[in-house]
Amino acid sequence: MQVEDLEVVHFLRQFPPFDTLEDDALNHLAQQVEISYVRANRMVLQYGEEITDLYVIRSGAVESHRRNGELYNRLSEGHTFGHLSLLMKRRVRFPARTMEDTLLYCIPADLFDDYCNRFEAFAEFFEMDGSNLLRKTLASQADNNDLTTVRIRSIALREPICVDSATPAYEVATRMDEERVSSVLVLSGHDATGIITDQDLRSRLLAQRLPDTTPAADLLSGDMATIEDSEYLFEALLVMLRLNLHHLPVTRKGEPVGVMSMSDILRHESQSSLLMVRGIHWQTSVDELANFAKQLPSVFARMVNEDANSHMIGSAMSVIGRTFKQRLLELAEEKLGPPPIPYCFLALGSMARDEQLIVTDQDNALILDNHYDPSLHNSYFEKLARFVCDGLNACGYRYCSGNIMASNPQWRMTQQQWQAQFSDWIDNPTPQSLLNSNIFFDLDGVYGQTRWADELVAFVASRTRNHTRFLAYMARNALNRTPPLGFFKGFVMEQDGKHLPTINLKRRGTAPLSDLIRVHALAIGSTARNSFERLDDIQQDHKLLPEGNARDLSDALEYIALVRIRHQAADIERGDTPDNNIEPELLSSFEQRNLKEAFQVVDRAQGFLRYRYQAGKPLNIKN
Amino acid sequence: MNARRFAHTTIPEWKERYVQLASEANNCYLKDYYAAGMVAANTPVSQLPMVALDFETTGLNPEQDEIISIGLVPFDHQRVYCRKAREWLVKPSDSLSQQSVVIHGIRHSDLSEAPDLLHILNDVLPALSGRVIVVHYQRIERQFMARELLRRIGESIDFPVIDTMALEHQQLRQHQSWQDKLFKRPLPSVRLGECRQRYRLPFYHPHHALTDAIATAELLQAQLAHHFSPDTPVSELWHLE
Repeated sequence: MQVEDLEVVHFLRQFPPFDTLEDDALNHLAQQVEISYVRANRMVLQYGEEITDLYVIRSGAVESHRRNGELYNRLSEGHTFGHLSLLMKRRVRFPARTMEDTLLYCIPADLFDDYCNRFEAFAEFFEMDGSNLLRKTLASQADNNDLTTVRIRSIALREPICVDSATPAYEVATRMDEERVSSVLVLSGHDATGIITDQDLRSRLLAQRLPDTTPAADLLSGDMATIEDSEYLFEALLVMLRLNLHHLPVTRKGEPVGVMSMSDILRHESQSSLLMVRGIHWQTSVDELANFAKQLPSVFARMVNEDANSHMIGSAMSVIGRTFKQRLLELAEEKLGPPPIPYCFLALGSMARDEQLIVTDQDNALILDNHYDPSLHNSYFEKLARFVCDGLNACGYRYCSGNIMASNPQWRMTQQQWQAQFSDWIDNPTPQSLLNSNIFFDLDGVYGQTRWADELVAFVASRTRNHTRFLAYMARNALNRTPPLGFFKGFVMEQDGKHLPTINLKRRGTAPLSDLIRVHALAIGSTARNSFERLDDIQQDHKLLPEGNARDLSDALEYIALVRIRHQAADIERGDTPDNNIEPELLSSFEQRNLKEAFQVVDRAQGFLRYRYQAGKPLNIKN
Repeated sequence: MNARRFAHTTIPEWKERYVQLASEANNCYLKDYYAAGMVAANTPVSQLPMVALDFETTGLNPEQDEIISIGLVPFDHQRVYCRKAREWLVKPSDSLSQQSVVIHGIRHSDLSEAPDLLHILNDVLPALSGRVIVVHYQRIERQFMARELLRRIGESIDFPVIDTMALEHQQLRQHQSWQDKLFKRPLPSVRLGECRQRYRLPFYHPHHALTDAIATAELLQAQLAHHFSPDTPVSELWHLE
């Protein structure tokens, strides 16, 4: 008999895990199949019964339930069911019922066991629980992208050229000339205290008309940024972009071991985002900036095609967005004159979390010096904020529909007022106030007195830590948006069994995740803003989450974000306007399966959040 | 309306006929086939062993044309047993006509190396024995089988069949509206593929003996699930015209 001609073989070969089997193994399996026709609305598996086969749906549809009757899953052509029960002492765990007239291919239980023993990929498909599957997928997609996989220590850095802090300036310059370097490290004992560059000699020595005997220590600028050589190139890139540095001292356990320059990174990076950031600084008007911003979608798409991970893309997009704000503020100050009092321009939401993508509103605010006097200063900051917000809108960062922008006088407050505002949100929470203020709990300084933002974040973290009542309200808000159950026949399947044609991956995936991660982060008083970094902090606090949960959450976030990112990039390449809505038919069955697992991680995490912060309890609603 | 009305008027009690045919048969394989027996006419669907059978032939006339492949698969009302499925190529005495080559996708070279039906009777007949044969369009399988055996061993063969095409025809007739009957509107197609579609069975590539046999087995399972109770006796199913 020519088994390979059989319809069973042709069919099974198209679907996982059968597509992983060699021809001989597949043919043998197909020959053992038993076929069964079941009318619509008939039970295929009853709870507690013995199960004798693994089922593959050849045509039709089947839904399975939990023992309590809750919908567990809906499956159609090519999907497999019964494996959980087969792995659990061959007793039916999830009763199954046909939704339509259905033809089933039944694979005998012993053969299933045998194949699980003999074929690793086959076994993995069934045995892998959701989080393992996601991890493996992410690992196998793991970029060959140098920036995220290459550690700083593995690239050849020059030995650092070091001078003592007492070294006179002319000797520093001579040394740099001899060594043909554009920067030297300044040591105080063994510790690097700073870096002197060509530019420092120009602007801090010559331009100031200081004598050439000025000690090196006097030529240093403020705090020195350094990076440990165990970090990835990508982290170095971020630090340099954020602080607009050309050189970055590299340390190993605190000891300087070299200096990285932008050109070291450029060798490893396609430069897309770097050039974009550089370019923003060169634009001299809002019109020029707006014109320049048109490249942003293609820069984004290029990064996606270069297999950047979501953290890298989110960070790069945030740095770019931040740079637009910085440049607009510089232009505003050129036009309006220097600010009458110090201020700090804040980024809120995804940009503050370094998780910005291509489709985004602008969310921003201003912290003003405590000496702010409305009658003297309001008109300046009114104009400044208007200039920046209009400029951002022109550059594609749409006005915030909730009017959370610095142009709204409500969100221009002094340091003290901001503290009072956060205290009020934290001590007197109401569902409504927190719903609107959620976004302020992700804030970052972009321009001006950026340390004020860090101080505010530290203030907030110290107040939210273990604040039971506030956390209960926050947790409740974080449960407003739930993930779907999965996919079924080209539709999004909801928990209640309804089917929707598209899914908003932000609203139903990444947003609920970053919401619940924020609650945990606030609960432990973490000052991190990036969700992955918050998860690192959460993982450090062993008491908060069950073992492994932080890792699962991180994988789920990475996966959902990647799918979202890739589909936005595909939209861009097709010439469509990118959005967050995805039609399930555009997802491969592999993506659907992984997404479903990621949704289940979100669902479990929301369940835990409800329990951990008692968010399910009726709240005492009073103002 | 009761299905019984369309049943053959003189239902032979096949169980007893098989005993008699066994004693009369000369060929040992044929004798063994009959000796394995046939189920009683009152056997319910739920206890019915069946085997779906399909021939590919060089044409439609049993007097001139010949069997070139045989596919069969044992099944019951719940399961089709692929592991017991069999398929044979059979060498015809005449060379293949051009037309059937196209239809069946079977090459001359395959057939020239295939055995004569006589030499596989010891395989084919045991695979059929003890089970009710199920076909789609009974004339082909019954008449060709009888004719081919007569030519080779000088004895014919007779057996009851369940014909999925006749069952489908019966169902369509029963569910036809009175206007359609009045105007003698034609019934929908009862070809294998079209019948399967009505039960939402998947498309299989036709004209491959084993695939057609499996397709027929699935179709009968679907028909039984939709129109008959598991207690229905086999006498209501076999020999419909």
